[in-house]
Amino acid sequence: MMGLIGKKVGMTQLFDEKGDIIPVTVIEAGPCTVTEVRSPERDGYSAVQLGFGTNKESRFTRPLLGQYKKRNLPPSRHLKEFRIADSSGFQVGQTIKAELFAKGEYVDVRGVTKGRGFAGVVKRHGFVAGHASHGPTFGKQPGSIGSSAYPSRVIKGKRLPGRMGGVNLTIKNLEVVGVDSEQNYVLVRGAIPGPPNGLVYIQKREG
Amino acid sequence: MGLIQKIENTQLKSDVPDLRPGTTVEVSVRVVEGDKTRQQKFKGEVTNIRGAGMRKTFTVRKISEGIGVERTWPIHSPSIADIKVLGQKQVRRAKLFYLRKKKGKAARLKEKALPGESGAK
Repeated sequence: MMGLIGKKVGMTQLFDEKGDIIPVTVIEAGPCTVTEVRSPERDGYSAVQLGFGTNKESRFTRPLLGQYKKRNLPPSRHLKEFRIADSSGFQVGQTIKAELFAKGEYVDVRGVTKGRGFAGVVKRHGFVAGHASHGPTFGKQPGSIGSSAYPSRVIKGKRLPGRMGGVNLTIKNLEVVGVDSEQNYVLVRGAIPGPPNGLVYIQKREG
Repeated sequence: MGLIQKIENTQLKSDVPDLRPGTTVEVSVRVVEGDKTRQQKFKGEVTNIRGAGMRKTFTVRKISEGIGVERTWPIHSPSIADIKVLGQKQVRRAKLFYLRKKKGKAARLKEKALPGESGAK
C-alpha cells in the first residue's frame, strides 16, 4: 500500500474532545519525491519508488548519481519502494507530503528498534525475575535450560540471553490523530520503533 | 523552537491562574452525562503541583463529610471550565501530603497574612 518515508521526531501528548490525554508520536512525513514509477507493462508489477532527505553528491556512487541525473532530480538519501495496486497516477518528480494521510485513518509504521546490546532473559524475553528481597539469590538468571541424560542437549529455539533490538519492526493499526500539511508532520496514537530522528516508513492499511 | 514544543504550546490555556501549595481554589469541572454537559464544583486547597508545560498537574484536597478527598487534574485540561482562586494559606512546604495524616483541628491551615499587616503591632 501507498506510504511515505519519514523521521520520528518524538513523543508527546494531546487532549482529546473528552479531555482525556492521548499519547502520540510525531513523525516528520516526507516530503518525498517520486523517483521511479513501476508499471505492470514494463516491470511486471505496480509500485512507486520514493526518495527522502538529501546528502552530498560524494556520498553516492556514480551509477546511482546517473540515475538521478537522468531524471533531473537532486539525489535523495533514502529510497524505498511501495507496492500499490495502480501506479498510473504518479509521475517521476512529483512530491508527496503528509496530506497523503487523513485524521482518523489507520496506518502501519515500520522502523528499526533501538539496539539493546547483549540483553538478559528478563529484558529480552520477559522472563520473571526472582524476588528482590526476602532471601532468594536467583536474581535475573535464566534458570534451568533443559533436562539431563535425555535429551542430553539444549532444544533448539530455547530462549536465552543475546543481542536484542536493532531489528525491523512493524507496528500495525496505529490511529492517525492529526496531520499538519504546513509543517508536514503526522501524529499517530502510541509508540513506534526506533529513536528520535530514526527513519520510519508509514504505510496505509490494506483495504 | 522544536516541533514537539510547538505542538504542545497549541494545547496550553492562556487563562490559567497562578497556583501555589496552599491556594484555596474552586475548580469547575465539566461532567458529561449522556448527551448533556454540566459543571461540578470542587473546592479545597492545592496540595501538590508537578510537571511543567502541558504536563503540569495540580491536586486539590478537601474534607467531604469527614472524609478527605483529593482530585488531580492536568492544569490545561479542557475538562476544567474554570479555576477560581479564593485565598492563600500559609504553608512552609511544596507538597502538603502531611495533611493526609492529620484530622480535624490539626489539619487546619492558617490564612496567609497580607503583606503589610503581618504582626506589625
